[in-house]
Amino acid sequence: MNKILVKSGLIALAVAVSACTDPGRFGNGAGGDGTVGADAYDPNNPASNPNSPAYFSQRVGDRVLFAVDQSTLSPEAQQTLTAQAQWLNTNSSYSAIVEGHADEQGTREYNLALGARRANAVQEYLISQGVAGSRLRTVSYGKERPIEVCSTEACYSQNRRSVTVLSAGAGS
Amino acid sequence: MKKLTHLLAGLALALGITPAIAQDGPLRIEITEGVIEPLPFAIPVFIAENAAAQEYAAQLSQVVAADLAGTGLFRQISPDSFISTVSNFDAPVQYADWKAINAQALITGAVSVAEGGRVNVKFRLFDVFSEAPLGDGLQLGGTTTSWRRIAHKVADQVYSRITGEGGYFDSRVVFVHEEGPKNARQKRLAVMDYDGANVQYLTNSASIVLAPRFSPTGDRVIYTSYETGFPKIYVMDVGTVQRRILEDQPGTMTFAPRFAPDGQTVVFSLERGGNTDIYRYSPGGTTQALTNAPSIETAPSYSPDGTQIVFESDRSGTQQLYKMPANGGEPTRISFGEGRYGTPVWSPRGDLIAFTKQHQGRFHIGVMRTDGSEERLLTASFLDEGPTWSPNGRVIMFTRSGSGAGGESALYSVDISGRNLKRVPTPGAASDPAWSPLLP
Repeated sequence: MNKILVKSGLIALAVAVSACTDPGRFGNGAGGDGTVGADAYDPNNPASNPNSPAYFSQRVGDRVLFAVDQSTLSPEAQQTLTAQAQWLNTNSSYSAIVEGHADEQGTREYNLALGARRANAVQEYLISQGVAGSRLRTVSYGKERPIEVCSTEACYSQNRRSVTVLSAGAGS
Repeated sequence: MKKLTHLLAGLALALGITPAIAQDGPLRIEITEGVIEPLPFAIPVFIAENAAAQEYAAQLSQVVAADLAGTGLFRQISPDSFISTVSNFDAPVQYADWKAINAQALITGAVSVAEGGRVNVKFRLFDVFSEAPLGDGLQLGGTTTSWRRIAHKVADQVYSRITGEGGYFDSRVVFVHEEGPKNARQKRLAVMDYDGANVQYLTNSASIVLAPRFSPTGDRVIYTSYETGFPKIYVMDVGTVQRRILEDQPGTMTFAPRFAPDGQTVVFSLERGGNTDIYRYSPGGTTQALTNAPSIETAPSYSPDGTQIVFESDRSGTQQLYKMPANGGEPTRISFGEGRYGTPVWSPRGDLIAFTKQHQGRFHIGVMRTDGSEERLLTASFLDEGPTWSPNGRVIMFTRSGSGAGGESALYSVDISGRNLKRVPTPGAASDPAWSPLLP
């Protein structure tokens, strides 16, 4: 139940900020979104609280992107994941599910396996940065949940992603 | 009988690569580079032998005609051109009248409905130019609600007698019904007759479901569902719609299941630590790994004799097709063309493997011999994938998806010759078809 509440909160926030082209459940925008104001805590803006899930998804950045048919982490991805790990290490009451996704250019089964590779690469990196493995799970959606729907590289590049989805609880 | 032999030989060849049948005069076979001329047949509306049979007689003969014409191998002659009328099932056939309109095959039938709602259908098939029946008359019966199945069985008999091949009309297709935009797509399992009739939903849209496959007897479906939040394999009884999770599934995700020909053993993909391998579940026994490699191994499919498994792997760097003994062991690569190959499926005849090929930004459905030779691409589009075989191994159904925000998925079918590509009717967007065996 807690988990569901947290997710609902994320979605509501993403709609309010309306900076994302798709405020869906599968990733709520990258970090560094300029529409969020000062760092001071504002009770009306959960993202201003550095310990909030909203801060994690918007300021830290809950997703990283991958090259075609690859699961290696780019320097940018590593930077985001280092910040994710720091946040998770600070906020130990949260665990996370790392979702792996692929673009639509591939067969269904292969893309499931490819998404799993991506999710696992992220999980391993987070563990290497000190996050307990028991707080992390992975799942692949293959090409089932694109975030952008056009059929060009502009969209594909956004869909080849992992998304770190927080849930309340310190994991198993 | 000599002409009958020609008829059989002509159609048998017509199922192959490039022959054509001349339609004028006695049957003869002409090999050309052109399109096959379908065999013209006449099917007078079946005779209603009692009042209750009236509503079924016309529909039954329509479904038989649609089955045959839908293959692309037969062409229905318009009843407007008929010279003879058939009002008595046992009256002698006026061959001259059917020859005059160039009907090469004639199908006659009679329908009666007994009290209690049982439909009986008698039919006969005639080789017009040989002036002889083709096989014996046959009587089929069933409940009134199953009248379409009776029609499909009649059509299967006709197809089978003329082509020498097994039929495929009395069969079903399980598939994934889709709704909503690409980024919020809802999926439900559904099952229908091969021609799109009698759609029945098997799951609601609460969880993503993927790639259902029939058991060898067609009574169960095995598929992947995200019910738990993670992809796991489920088995459903199609009759009762009762489902259960397949026991003994270690790993993070399990997917891409298929039954072995024994109907009990299941081969599937299991992902652990980011790595996907092929595993085998034996009921009452254990789940064991059949591959053990750091690469992706998925989409396994048994040979019909159960001795081999064909699958895809990117161990060479890109997705390619391999086969291995059913107990595991050293895989042999069988795909060597340009591009990437996936989703191999062994033909029920054992002679061919169908696959998805990706090359230069396009997707194709193709077939190759089981050693990888004689590759032929049957389709090309933005995204074709996931072939499934008709019970007789002559037709392939697959998913075709459109590009962009409005791009929906639909089911298509195509002959193994590459002819007769057509959309299969579904109530909405659809994907991941799997053909049942011929029903009992």
